[in-house]
Amino acid sequence: MISIIDYDAGNIKSVEKAINFLGEEAEITSDKDRIMASDGVILPGVGAFGVAMDKLRARGLVETIKEYVSTGKPFLGICLGLQLLFDESDETPGVKGLGLLEGKIKRIPSEYEDGTILKVPHIGWNSIEINPSSKLMKGISSDSYVYFVHSFYLEAANSSDVIATTEYGVRIHAAVERGNIMATQFHPEKSSDVGLKILSNFIEMTKGEGK
Amino acid sequence: MHTKRIIPCLDVKEGRVVKGINFVDLIDAGDPVECGKAYDKAGADELVFLDITASSDKRNIMADMVRRVAETVFIPFTVGGGIRSIDDFRAILREGADKVSVNSAAIDNPTLISEAADVFGSQCVVVAIDARRRRVGKAADPSLSYSESIKINDEWTPADGWTVYKNGGRVDMQIDAIEWARKAVELGAGEILLTSMDADGTKAGYDIELTKAISDIVNVPVIASGGAGTMEHFKEALDVGGADAALAASLFHFKELEIKEVKKYLAENNIPVRL
Repeated sequence: MISIIDYDAGNIKSVEKAINFLGEEAEITSDKDRIMASDGVILPGVGAFGVAMDKLRARGLVETIKEYVSTGKPFLGICLGLQLLFDESDETPGVKGLGLLEGKIKRIPSEYEDGTILKVPHIGWNSIEINPSSKLMKGISSDSYVYFVHSFYLEAANSSDVIATTEYGVRIHAAVERGNIMATQFHPEKSSDVGLKILSNFIEMTKGEGK
Repeated sequence: MHTKRIIPCLDVKEGRVVKGINFVDLIDAGDPVECGKAYDKAGADELVFLDITASSDKRNIMADMVRRVAETVFIPFTVGGGIRSIDDFRAILREGADKVSVNSAAIDNPTLISEAADVFGSQCVVVAIDARRRRVGKAADPSLSYSESIKINDEWTPADGWTVYKNGGRVDMQIDAIEWARKAVELGAGEILLTSMDADGTKAGYDIELTKAISDIVNVPVIASGGAGTMEHFKEALDVGGADAALAASLFHFKELEIKEVKKYLAENNIPVRL
């Protein structure tokens, strides 16, 4: 059973539906005991960094997430759920993230010195380069397309954590993995077959190997 | 590489896809779920469901449809048609839609755009604009019907501009389309779904001048709609017109063109697409 952390973030139903579609049970919950008892936990999210941290804190979920992660069981952040794993974000300066991984969340620049203007948010399908040793990206080939919607991006401090990158004006660290902690900036639940494969890799880990 | 999107649009009436969809492997061509899955397989980057149900008390049917689509279709989808309030937005998003499109209600009450953007985020607020070339010369005679006026409207130049219609193209709001697009984005629209009423249904190509005029002034994605008939038309909308996405309905439903074939053609012509 997989818990999807409920902290009032937008569009988390899609994640639940994708997990169910792949034949696994999922529960949207903010209950500590339920979360600690699950085989896998997903931190989804659409919204603002500061607001999300406030809500996680108000529900006592910051400690729960840290305690869960320390058990070594698989954990997956999606979109804002990736950003929250890091120390800080340009979106809400001064607000501490979960600090489980090291790196910065920066605003995607829209204007460039050569006169290029990019539309921000970065919305749509973009190709990713993949680190082939990743467990989460097992079976996914480089140049696969996934669906992004975001205005802020990760610059991870440790390149060894980065398992996928993409280009949108800047180089974006699109997915990370360190032991049982995994996260994607893109939305696997909206990325058709490629996304479902990634989620099914995660489900596999909750069944044994990654535990 | 960031790609341009190809989007099929499905008209839905009381929870059923209308105008028919001509997929051989489809058991039920009127089922939005089956149509959505078939389009996902066919390479669609996104879907638009447009509710053309006349009566507003059928909202629950739409919510049910959205829920069923979200259970089995794992690409982004937009739902529009008859959305009038923040509650309508909430009901559609809660069932798993990624974006909601508004048209007439945003014209009547532009603050709906900013409220929805504040509550749900700009990324899920699509403003649909139905635009028509402003009639000039003889075609501007108010006694002429729409179909009569388009027949003689050959004196038009881009400087004459476009005017915005509401209620599915029945009421001319006398609002300039470029100004309206600019305002909608200022208020928080995350995307513009731009339909040319002149081009719609003609299969003679998108209104490239309109698409370019709007794409040039807004910093959010523009979806070109209305007029697609050939693969070249898609290319034109995406490169000359500067659109981020191109939408078509019957062309795909009746398999006059396959999405994969359009995307292959675009890729060969150096337009980035997801293959």
